[in-house]
Amino acid sequence: MIVGIGLSDYPKAPHLTAVQHHAQALQRALADAGLRKSAIDGYCTAGGMAAGDDPVTMAEYLGIRHRYIDGTMVGGSSFEFHVQHAAEAIRTGLCDTVLVTYGSDYLSRMGRTLGTGGMFRGSRVSGPMQFEAPYGNSLVGSYALVARRHMHEFGTTSEQLAEIAVGVREYAGLNPNALYRDPIAVKDVLASRMVADPLHKLDCCVISDGGGAVILTTAERARDLRQPAVAVLGAAGGMTHWNIGQMGDYTTTAAAVCAPEAFARAGLLPSDVDTIQFYDSFTITVLVLLEDAGFCKKGEGGAFVAEGHLRRGGRLPLNTDGGGLSSCHPGMRGIFLLIESVRQLRGQAGVAQVPDCDVALAIGSGGWLSCIGAVLMGKS
Amino acid sequence: MEVVRGTAWKKPLPDNDPVFAPFWEAAAGGRLLYQECPVCGNRQFYPRALCTACGADPEWAEASGRGTVHTFTIVRQYGAPPFRDELPYVVAVIELDEGVKMIGNVTGCDVDAVRIGMPVEAYAVEAAEKVGVPYWRPAQSR
Repeated sequence: MIVGIGLSDYPKAPHLTAVQHHAQALQRALADAGLRKSAIDGYCTAGGMAAGDDPVTMAEYLGIRHRYIDGTMVGGSSFEFHVQHAAEAIRTGLCDTVLVTYGSDYLSRMGRTLGTGGMFRGSRVSGPMQFEAPYGNSLVGSYALVARRHMHEFGTTSEQLAEIAVGVREYAGLNPNALYRDPIAVKDVLASRMVADPLHKLDCCVISDGGGAVILTTAERARDLRQPAVAVLGAAGGMTHWNIGQMGDYTTTAAAVCAPEAFARAGLLPSDVDTIQFYDSFTITVLVLLEDAGFCKKGEGGAFVAEGHLRRGGRLPLNTDGGGLSSCHPGMRGIFLLIESVRQLRGQAGVAQVPDCDVALAIGSGGWLSCIGAVLMGKS
Repeated sequence: MEVVRGTAWKKPLPDNDPVFAPFWEAAAGGRLLYQECPVCGNRQFYPRALCTACGADPEWAEASGRGTVHTFTIVRQYGAPPFRDELPYVVAVIELDEGVKMIGNVTGCDVDAVRIGMPVEAYAVEAAEKVGVPYWRPAQSR
């Protein structure tokens, strides 16, 4: 059961380091749950954003005496994997109450450098990345390879991809904290600067600061806490590759395997889902996840989104917090997908509330559509 | 494949990993290598210490240097030199005639002329001693 959630200050928080984002989000999640910190006996975090944010240093810093620890680091979807593992650890009695945290000061510390390079500056490159580093690909370019192939195989258009950014921006307009809130139209996306063909600037997520915390515990303990508990109904994760040169099939992700597994574990179907919180590093990310998760057939994602289903008032509202495309993406976004799902299932999403929201699906994507984690959540 | 020598190399270089080094050294000598498994026949790139399909010891095989563009992007924004100074340029996934895929640049034509399915051929640029970096350009004769 998910019983506590917390967001640290975002999208710009120059007063916080990455580690302070973890700490602030934890404080807010404890207050949200009405839980004493000493109850936490399990801890999950991914590290990878800053010095001293690795799992054991963070556990020491935060003062977590863990009986269970998980440092799974699979990129931005790490937190979907953490929740899968934490729910299983609680179910099997390895521990009772698990904390998951994330924090990043990427915007304040590094600026907007993540998407378009500067990673390799003439140095020696170790590991398999040495087979890609000499060619100057960017992070945006890696996703562009998938978008281009999808367009080639299925006739997907830039207009269809843009529809995803437009819908998410509409929700960002409802979130006072979102980085960009002014409405945009499809033509605005197409008119924005081409970063890596066929992805425009507005096909790309923002870079921000931010952090989050999620607390899970047993059903028995959940009954005594402040908030309506949200159940983890089914979760699964998998990967097809890490480096983009190894993707093999450039239009299909591991969600094609792990999303059906998560549905089977939950005893649910895509038609049971009321809102989707999908990793929107880029518009193409959402499109392939929709197909792979079974909301439409492979190749039909473009037509599906063009029908407006993901919009506010549609039958499958997407990223109701304004997403990574318009609100908050501090480098790894997975924890925010879980937090927004919980807000929706509690009925606490305010003007962005999806009516009759009983089932939410969060799908994180780590790396370059590499490691996919799916978590189905519902009212308990 | 042709080897272009005498270029001032400012881009990232590979380290001297013992499994990867034979690939770079062969490319410096004009040969494009991939791996093939003598047990199960699996072909793979990048090189590894085992076959990713069955776990056996893979063997080196020489590619023809011919392939097609499987997918590509035109990088139009990059934050740091030396790549920033070469914008725009094409980063592509090349499917070799032998079936393995490699990331590379397609050069020798306008960036807007690149298409998926376009036949390309490899050449190498000598980047350092015992290091040749493969590049791709439109196939001259097919």
